[in-house]
Amino acid sequence: MEYIVGLLCRSGSANPLFSTEDAIEANRFMKGIEAVAGDSRGVIGMANFIAQQIEALGAEVCYHKFLPHSKNFHPLKFFTSMTNDIAVQPNGTATNFGINTIGIVRAPRGDGKEAIVLVTPYNSQRVQSNELLSLALGFSVFSLLSQAAWLSKDVVWLSADSQFGEYAAVSAWLNQYHNPVFLSHSVVLHTKMYGANHIYDGNSEKTEVTAFKRAGTMAAALIFKVGETRRYSDRDSVMIYAEASNGQMPNLDLLNVVHYLAVHRQGFRVNIAAFSSLLSSAWLRVIAEILHTLGSVLRKINPDWKLDIAVPDYVEGTANLANSMYNQALGVPTGSHGAFRDYQVDAVSLEFSPTFHVKNENAKSLFLLRGGRLIEGVSRSVNNLLEKFHQSFFLYFLTAPSKFISVGVYMIPFALLLAPLPIVAAALADGSRSMEKTVDKLIDNGKADDIADILQSKGGSWKWLRAAKVLLVIQLWAVLVSLLPYYITQIPDATPMQSALIWAVLSIVVLISLSVLFGSPYSAGVEWKLLKATMITSISIGLGLMSIINFATAQLGALIVIPMCLFSRPLKASGMNFLPRAVLLASNIAFAVLGFPPAALLIMKGVSKGSWSWTIDVGDFWVWMEFLWEWSSATYLYLFLVHLPCWLLCILVLLHPCRQSESKMKQE
Amino acid sequence: MAAHSRGHPAMRERGFSPAGTSPYWWIRPCAGSILFLSLLFLFLFTAAAASAAAPEEEKFTEELLLRPLPDRKALAYFHFRSSAPPAASVGRHHHLFPKAISQLVKKYHISELELSFTQGRWNYEQWGGFDPMSTNNAKPPGVELWGFKLNEGNLRYGALPREAVCTENLTPWLKLLPYRDKAGIASLLYRPSIYKGYYHSQKLKLRSSQSLGIILDQTLTVVLQPNTVSGEQLHSNHGQLQPNWSMRHLFNRKLSGKCLVSKSSRVFIEVDKGIVDNVNKSGSDLSWSNEFFVLSNSPDKLIKGQNHVEIQSSFLYVYDASNYTEEKPLDVGITWKLPLVWTCTPSPFHASRFLMGSGNERGSIALSFMSTNLHKQISGSPTDCSIKAVIFQVVPWYVKVYYHSLEIFIDGSRKTVSEVVDKIHVIPSEDKLLPGTLEMLLRFPCSMQSGTLTLDFDRGFLHIDEYPPDANQGFDIPSALVSFPEFSSARSYPEIDPVLGSPLLENFQEDSVVKSYTEVLLVPLTTPDFSMPYNVITFTCTVLALYFGSLLNALRRRIGEEERELKKTVVILKKWQLLASILYRKFVDELF
Repeated sequence: MEYIVGLLCRSGSANPLFSTEDAIEANRFMKGIEAVAGDSRGVIGMANFIAQQIEALGAEVCYHKFLPHSKNFHPLKFFTSMTNDIAVQPNGTATNFGINTIGIVRAPRGDGKEAIVLVTPYNSQRVQSNELLSLALGFSVFSLLSQAAWLSKDVVWLSADSQFGEYAAVSAWLNQYHNPVFLSHSVVLHTKMYGANHIYDGNSEKTEVTAFKRAGTMAAALIFKVGETRRYSDRDSVMIYAEASNGQMPNLDLLNVVHYLAVHRQGFRVNIAAFSSLLSSAWLRVIAEILHTLGSVLRKINPDWKLDIAVPDYVEGTANLANSMYNQALGVPTGSHGAFRDYQVDAVSLEFSPTFHVKNENAKSLFLLRGGRLIEGVSRSVNNLLEKFHQSFFLYFLTAPSKFISVGVYMIPFALLLAPLPIVAAALADGSRSMEKTVDKLIDNGKADDIADILQSKGGSWKWLRAAKVLLVIQLWAVLVSLLPYYITQIPDATPMQSALIWAVLSIVVLISLSVLFGSPYSAGVEWKLLKATMITSISIGLGLMSIINFATAQLGALIVIPMCLFSRPLKASGMNFLPRAVLLASNIAFAVLGFPPAALLIMKGVSKGSWSWTIDVGDFWVWMEFLWEWSSATYLYLFLVHLPCWLLCILVLLHPCRQSESKMKQE
Repeated sequence: MAAHSRGHPAMRERGFSPAGTSPYWWIRPCAGSILFLSLLFLFLFTAAAASAAAPEEEKFTEELLLRPLPDRKALAYFHFRSSAPPAASVGRHHHLFPKAISQLVKKYHISELELSFTQGRWNYEQWGGFDPMSTNNAKPPGVELWGFKLNEGNLRYGALPREAVCTENLTPWLKLLPYRDKAGIASLLYRPSIYKGYYHSQKLKLRSSQSLGIILDQTLTVVLQPNTVSGEQLHSNHGQLQPNWSMRHLFNRKLSGKCLVSKSSRVFIEVDKGIVDNVNKSGSDLSWSNEFFVLSNSPDKLIKGQNHVEIQSSFLYVYDASNYTEEKPLDVGITWKLPLVWTCTPSPFHASRFLMGSGNERGSIALSFMSTNLHKQISGSPTDCSIKAVIFQVVPWYVKVYYHSLEIFIDGSRKTVSEVVDKIHVIPSEDKLLPGTLEMLLRFPCSMQSGTLTLDFDRGFLHIDEYPPDANQGFDIPSALVSFPEFSSARSYPEIDPVLGSPLLENFQEDSVVKSYTEVLLVPLTTPDFSMPYNVITFTCTVLALYFGSLLNALRRRIGEEERELKKTVVILKKWQLLASILYRKFVDELF
């Protein structure tokens, strides 16, 4: 990895070619597009202008028209729905559509097998000056690259019309790029709608402009936009977003290249998203102080131990790490780079936050110069790669733009959390058997009068089957609960609150009817130890599976679920001193509350927003779940197929009547 | 790949060796019966052979054609022909003809061979797709080889899409010329200039027969960007003058006379039909100095070219290099006076190919045809006509194409295969042995605006030995060749003097079908991290051993049994002890 990074950095650190002339070009473009944006022609006007400018560079240009697509929850297409829908076929009457404008520079001496994608999103409906600035930045880089003789990969510049959201625009384009639908008149329609008369005047040959154009396999993608001006900061900053769906990250080398060029070449301040509440939290600061003191003491003992992390670094790192883990665990992409990751393309989003006022021409030119050089450098680095990014990390948490925790490190706590589970399960099962042994002994001693009675209650060595049955019924319930939203969404005009309530009521109804159908878990006389053992077995399988799909979810989930499982003990169970029992009881109840997904959401919200306002809105939970399934996040599946049944089993264990053991004791 | 060593070593000796690329050679015979292309090529070559009279002695000619292109670039086409009379008349000795080539031809009984090294892509939209230049000299990136052996109807084809072409490939090519690049037109080949271009294709074309002897055509096609005065490269030509250029601009050299051994040495400047039409429209004549442009020297000759379908297609201004010397070098160039916008004639359909799908498991290859509406210009658009197209595609074995999954969409509606495909010939690939070959004769309706063919494929797994260097870049699928057999790119020059004897123009007159190559595709295959297996194996084995060892141990232990066993052993031990004590006592008793 070191080698590749070194190679990349060296290649990117060649003197940048992006000059003041390109910045002037960007300014010229900006003036032009400002004039067009002020015009009434709207969507088509801006797309036209961009296309004309691209044409003037001698690059190829095409349009991509798309419709917004409503994301529906469809349980049977959970993972596939993101890629295989959007057969955007406007039937001539649709008026509300977006137009992406795509410019392609063919590498002069390249073979056209690979392409670098640059994306600048802009909202064609509500144009803002910072979006125009990002378009201008994109254009100037594109214009520079169109003259570059050193290109070996084609460059695609996508100015994505983000009126329906950035992700929708980019993902629609990617879908058309990778999974085009030929069963339509799309091409013909395009030609008719934006043919020679509309976009180009004069040349009739230009009808073919509207045919969708492609470059080769995508090597990497860079999404950049200019965000709001921040006046309180001293330096222009760049925010990096990298999390894609289900916690997938781009190759770390891409981030490293961006970070290196931004910080060490162009002097940007590079940030990643952080939990703002943690940044200002007092207890974290206290922990940091303690660790710092400990570290400095240790350093006095051995100067080689560099454990004294500065307090602000520690706090910031923790806030970044928490955010990184949260975003990965949520499984929802943090930007349009997520659309690329769905096609195995490494992509990263950059959001520039300039510190100047948009009207300040000098500062703007300087910013364009530096931003352009950064993007040029990254493009150049990717261009110079002979192979794809590889032999590097794509499983990592970020603690700072340049620091990360690799999978090799964060796997260990998870493994340690998971490791005791089978042992505990075995111990519990064994424990319940040893209890039988006492019964056996009774039989052996010949004291029992009615042996048959006892044998019936014992149930032989296949007793765990009853516990397994309970588990299966609860899993079935969980599956039904996870499918319910599909039917609830069919109800027209339901507020989130109503939907959530219907969901809750239906879940309870289903649970009751299932227990009527298969018998109540307690009536069968299942021992709580066996129930707990089965629960622990199922949770270890569930977590193990989830760790493959989304490691961050599994890890965060394990932090809640594993203590909840391990501590669970019936409230009525006897045989302990008062103090341990009270502690156990308290922790049991605490975990049972924390483990309930809506309660967990509330806490999550409190942590992420920093405002500990405990106003309970049931509708929020529905909205949150909707958010998860809209993005096909596996976290939804985890919550309902692993977490929820485990929570219910815990509750069952907590409320276990413990009659059987008592009756046995009596018999004894 | 098995056939790879057959014709190859001799080429290696001549320095044509592509470095480290042997797994990519697919030279293979294709069955002859319905092989349209081989027939087509045979037809082509026999026609050419008939037109050329058998030479009496070894001959060498050199020619250069320069042409302005619509997108402000210039095309330079070097053409060198060496010919040797039939072997019987001269034996083994050669004056001009490269001995290596004649040895090659004799040893491997080559009747026809075409080898091209190309860098960059031919821009069919801007630089034309209907003229002899694009048909014969637009080649796919990398290396391509076509060949026929004598007494064998089979076509042999090989492609190396990833070969990087450089001066090291030019040097052996130049060695075949009598004076290398020391004299004549070849002296213009200043390396920094010709490798700075947008397209660079060097080609070697060989024909031999008993009656004809051996004819070797060496061509170099380059597309260059003339340096404009301001240094700024403008690409659009709306209202802008085309850049002026001359030989010195393009090559940094001037032509100082001909090569002494060459029979003829000419420089042509060709102006396209587009320019000719424009000039004609304005009412002026096409002299070397007209109201649109001026050539820097007055030509020795002016030739009108004709297309098969049009009355007049292009103009050629001919300069004889033998009229120029070291003191008075030729530096012919073009100076534009008025802005001019024109387009080159495209092929009937613009063919492009792309990959569909994502992931490492499967995908599809799509071949799309976009109409250029050429037939309307040519035949005035009868609606019920059809256009034939032939597709020839070789796919390496690790891309497992399901040929039955062929789907055809024309203007947005699905067509059955029988509606569109007239003939199809498939040789399926064999794992690790043979690439798959697909040939299809299609018939598209003239009114078709866009048509697409898709083929599904599975991505294969390779054995660890089969990964080439830089495997992580992906694997290449060589270009497909699309030809339109009903369209011929041949030019005719009615005013031409047969005595002129220009091999370059002879080639242009040859009846060759319009064809174009598609893009090379890059298929990412699952590539292992080659250092990873060691880590993974050691790591997982350790974990599994620990886990299963202890788990099995815990599972198969029966504590009750063990206790009983323990008791038993205690009993046995006691018995033994008893026995031992008895024996001991006895022994002691015996002793004492």
